[in-house]
Amino acid sequence: MKILVCISQVPDTTSKITFTDNNTAFNTAGIQFIINPYDEIALSKAVELAEGGQGNVTVIHVGEAASDATIRKALAIGAYEAVRVDAVPRDAWFVANQIANYAKEQSFDLILTGRESIDYNGVQVGSYIAELLGIPSIAIAKKIEINGTEATIDREIEGGKEVLSVSLPIVIGAAEGVAEPKIPNMRGIMGARSKPLQVISPIDVPVLSTIKQYESPAPRGAVKLIEPDNVAQLVELLHSEAKVI
Amino acid sequence: MSILVYIENIEGAFKKSAFEAISYAKAIGELTQQEVQALSIGQVDETELNKVGKYGVGKVIRVNTDKLSQFQNQAYAAVIADVARQVGATSIILSNSFSGKGLAPRVAAKLEAALIDGALELPTISGSSWEFRKSVFSSKAIATVETSAATKVITLNPNTFEAKEADTPISVEDFQPSVQDKDFSIIIKDIVRATDKVALPEASIVVSAGRGMKGPENWGMIEELAEILGAATACSKPVSDAGWRPHAEHVGQTGLAVSPNLYIAIGISGAIQHLAGVSSSKTIVVINKDPEAPFFKVADYGIVGDAFDVVPRLIEALKLKKG
Ligand SMILES: Cc1cc2nc3c(=O)[nH]c(=O)nc-3n(C[C@H](O)[C@H](O)[C@H](O)COP(=O)(O)OP(=O)(O)OC[C@H]3O[C@@H](n4cnc5c(N)ncnc54)[C@H](O)[C@@H]3O)c2cc1C
Ligand SMILES: Nc1ncnc2c1ncn2[C@@H]1O[C@H](COP(=O)(O)O)[C@@H](O)[C@H]1O
Repeated sequence: MKILVCISQVPDTTSKITFTDNNTAFNTAGIQFIINPYDEIALSKAVELAEGGQGNVTVIHVGEAASDATIRKALAIGAYEAVRVDAVPRDAWFVANQIANYAKEQSFDLILTGRESIDYNGVQVGSYIAELLGIPSIAIAKKIEINGTEATIDREIEGGKEVLSVSLPIVIGAAEGVAEPKIPNMRGIMGARSKPLQVISPIDVPVLSTIKQYESPAPRGAVKLIEPDNVAQLVELLHSEAKVI
Repeated sequence: MSILVYIENIEGAFKKSAFEAISYAKAIGELTQQEVQALSIGQVDETELNKVGKYGVGKVIRVNTDKLSQFQNQAYAAVIADVARQVGATSIILSNSFSGKGLAPRVAAKLEAALIDGALELPTISGSSWEFRKSVFSSKAIATVETSAATKVITLNPNTFEAKEADTPISVEDFQPSVQDKDFSIIIKDIVRATDKVALPEASIVVSAGRGMKGPENWGMIEELAEILGAATACSKPVSDAGWRPHAEHVGQTGLAVSPNLYIAIGISGAIQHLAGVSSSKTIVVINKDPEAPFFKVADYGIVGDAFDVVPRLIEALKLKKG
């Protein structure tokens, strides 16, 4: 089974998000980048599947050379080889076109993404890839089981789940519960250095939208403290002041 | 040029977010002087369809074939794109729900449209250029996205645009979509839905609790509080990691992002990753025994106290208020 895992890199979750150039660009100064946590889950699932039987895991990343450390980490976790499309990942549409263009000649059985990137939170790349390849997709999966050429997937729905079955190939967005994130061991880290990392050129994709400006969320006023023995006051404030109950 | 709004139903009943989407579509229609049509897919009866008119949209396109009675990502995307083409819709509006998230990129790709996901408010329009504000970096920032694309697919976050009633008579038109067998490759084996509970992504009130609750056996009062308020329950990450609560309740940067009208945080410290998923809530109440807990910095109302003492009192006070 050939598995492709799409890896994005995102600011570490503790990062404070600030902007430069008149609030038109994300300020990367001092930011530590990590593999998107959901992509780590997707990759861990792929490695688990490959270890459990026959299988081959390729990771793909759309980004510049600065992301190579993140890619090496993915290789250390257990991917066999990596591909980097050498371009600024402008938006989900651009990224998906690059990945679909690579994948269309490779006939992957399974393409995994994270459910969403925690920077742009689009939940888009996976569904775009599937549409471009003309194959089914599950945007947010809580559980994935593969049996030969059949996949059984729990899809997240409001207040519950759907249990689905489908023949491969498919694109699936991995959410929590799909796998325990694997931590690279020493052998993995050493081995990652010699695994193949292929760099390919991007294709042209028309620009459909652009981010013009960023802002920080409006700060809240000071907290109104209420005495613990006076909860009736809280109820009253929520009713008549905040008007939420 | 017209506007098409896809309205989602669960077992024949439109979702609250569907009515929000209708109101949003209607408002864009007024801004741009375009006609708005609603698209319903699946089995929905007349009484339910009439509700579309209650929110000011009179034209409903109904697609109701046996094959489409259950949600099928690829097939539904094909239907939405097909209808959009037929009626000449250049703005297609969907709810940013779990199903909507899977549909929107496919519809956008089919129509070569720009995709604006999770719009927070109405666009600012000047000529052919539309600007939208949306959350990025897990609600740590807001971006203004500009598009001049001829066709736009816009998804609306639940709870960001209020559904407004505006009684309008409706006319329903049946539509026969062109779908292919390959669009039905997914087999639905089972649907598990907790019908008695308020769904977290759409909830206007959320009662959330963290490690301060000490153990899963103490969630009774959290559920009771939620029930009185008609709220959904949520939790912090360590709580779901420990198996005290299901993963689906985990909110935050690596969980669900929610923006209810009221978020009540009980025994949650307010770590940056937790706040990332809840900070866009309209009103935040924090109950924590530690006055230094970071959560108080982003709260509107706070009680410094022991949850095991405060929560039962709050339940009593709410019962009293309700009478
Ligand atoms: C990569 C990464 C991603 C993460 N993503 C998320 C995420 O999406 N969501 C998330 O929630 N966390 C996330 N976290 C974890 C986050 O950093 C915090 O560890 C977590 O939010 C803490 O949960 P908590 O507030 O329930 O527990 P704690 O931090 O242990 O806080 C418990 C609080 O309860 C209070 N308390 C104790 N007893 C009582 C009592 N009797 N009455 C009242 N108050 C009491 C304490 O004062 C304390 O403030 C992530 C972490 C990492 C590294
Ligand atoms: N630059 C990128 N390179 C490779 N994969 C990506 C990239 N950006 C996003 N992805 C994948 O697409 C998923 C969803 O991203 P998004 O649509 O931005 O929420 C991520 O979890 C990744 O698996």
